[in-house]
Amino acid sequence: MLDVVQLRKTFVAPDGERVEIVNVPAFTLGAGAQLGLRGESGSGKTTFLHLIAGILAADSGTVNVDGETMTALGEAERDRLRAAKIGYIFQSFNLLQGYTVIENVVLGMSFGPRGADRGHARELLERVGLGTRLHHFPRQLSTGQQQRVAVARALANRPRLVLADEPTGNLDRKHAHDSLRLIREVCRENGAALLLVSHDESVLREFEQVQDFAQINAALRGQS
Amino acid sequence: MTLPLIIYRSLRQHALSTLVTAGSIALAAGLLLTVWVVKTQSQAVFAATNSGFDAVLGARGSKLQLVLNSIFHVETSPGNISAADFEMLRRNPMFAGAIKHALPIAVGDSYHGWRIVGTVETLFDEIEYAPGRRYAFASGRNFKLGTEEAVVGAYAARQLGWKVGSTFHPQHGVGGDHDHEELYTVVGVLEPTNSPVDRVIWIPLEGLQTMSGHNPLAKTEISAVLIQLRASTAGLMMNNVLNQSGGKLTFAYPIGTIVAELFNKIGWVDRVLTLVAWLVAAVAAGSVLVSIYNSMSARQRDIAILRALGARRRTVFGAVLGEAAVIGALGAAAGFAVFAILAAVVASIVRAQTGVVLEPWQWHPVLAWGPAALAGLCALGGLVPALKAYRVPVAETIAPVS
Repeated sequence: MLDVVQLRKTFVAPDGERVEIVNVPAFTLGAGAQLGLRGESGSGKTTFLHLIAGILAADSGTVNVDGETMTALGEAERDRLRAAKIGYIFQSFNLLQGYTVIENVVLGMSFGPRGADRGHARELLERVGLGTRLHHFPRQLSTGQQQRVAVARALANRPRLVLADEPTGNLDRKHAHDSLRLIREVCRENGAALLLVSHDESVLREFEQVQDFAQINAALRGQS
Repeated sequence: MTLPLIIYRSLRQHALSTLVTAGSIALAAGLLLTVWVVKTQSQAVFAATNSGFDAVLGARGSKLQLVLNSIFHVETSPGNISAADFEMLRRNPMFAGAIKHALPIAVGDSYHGWRIVGTVETLFDEIEYAPGRRYAFASGRNFKLGTEEAVVGAYAARQLGWKVGSTFHPQHGVGGDHDHEELYTVVGVLEPTNSPVDRVIWIPLEGLQTMSGHNPLAKTEISAVLIQLRASTAGLMMNNVLNQSGGKLTFAYPIGTIVAELFNKIGWVDRVLTLVAWLVAAVAAGSVLVSIYNSMSARQRDIAILRALGARRRTVFGAVLGEAAVIGALGAAAGFAVFAILAAVVASIVRAQTGVVLEPWQWHPVLAWGPAALAGLCALGGLVPALKAYRVPVAETIAPVS
């Protein structure tokens, strides 16, 4: 489902020096698998997820998502592949504040190959317990509810892979636990693989499979 | 539905600036349409206004002045001609055969700014002021020669509050220096003709010639002769004969061409107004640019989110461009309301001043291409912010890199 080989990404620091942020020789995630990736702040895990999602272009290496090589594609094609096969749950949810709950989800679908399907969006929102909040705006929802909208949006396109970047970072322990369970259940129901990065041990304990990003990312070893 | 939804939501989110910007575009569109339509309508309607006559014979001078004074009842008279000249027209076999009707008029008096014109009964009995349309009386009847009776145009009657039986003392000169002794009685009010006739008080010719206080010579003079020809070739012949150098008469023919000269003379005003209208339109398009561009910082996050969800660069570019075009289109549509108000005001002023009725709502291509061009201009104004949207860096904008 997801194969990463010799993936590298550097940035130019303010002093002009080129700093390597990501150097992942190999990383694999099977279809439908769920993996917790442990990573501290500043470890490059968001960059790693951005590279997998094609939001950032890699300096070198390959990212293969469901048979398509993301790193070989131009930007527009990466956008297409991301819309078609990847769902992304952000730490800050990144909901569109001017759009209603259902519009946020429908819009997430509309860039994918199947297009907007309001019925499916409604089903997903009902599944995450927001069936009565379809026409609310994000500001009218609690933090936990906003996160559930983000989950529904990430799954709206029936993605093969869901990337979750500290998805419980803004929630209290109780809501974090409920939210995590929901994400995992919904991914399972939709047949999507889940790659979740977090620095929170209580979150990572929920996963059967956990890897340490410091072990995967050779760039961190070089810095230490 | 993606683009319309994004555009709709963005317009809603920035409702105030959308309204203000669309309002400025509406003003620009209204101004542009008004200038254009009034210009073309005026030229067409004024050139076609001849009150049923083909030519005017008057004193030596400007043809335009003669036509403006005799047909449109504005401007001052270029002078009088003798009654003998009028008789010459009727008796000279060369002219008599060419002329269908020749009606003398005398001008020079007024009533509180409304011009009084002396003429003969034939004007209202026999003349067609437009093909197939004769003067009709809304009330009363035609005046009789040798009486102190008056027929009043529809607009003047309404403005003066006159009905059959109303009386008035004519005032000397077009400025109304003093009242004449004669007391005239309104015996007829005309149906509207949408022509300068509507704003004139008509009295028998000799009444004006012999009005108390007028120069005794006026008894043997008239101001002009309104002429209906049997054929246009006759007009060319009379033009050659009567306008030859050294003559004392002016034969103004054809009336439409002479009126068109007026618009040629004031063409620069027209060009200035058009330029101003386009400048206002350009400023309106600029306001679209500024209003969207200024809100780009606030929009960047939304744009980055859309991009992260899979929106292509061209999608967000198109959304911003579309938003600018929609603002332009909304403004242009609202511009019709502004146009309706402005055009109604201008048309009422033109009618009050000349009696000529403009019909601004008559179809003119500018009613289609004007708003379309303005909306296009606004879309162009959206290019700069659209380019900014196109370049939004997704990763840096969407979340801090960890």
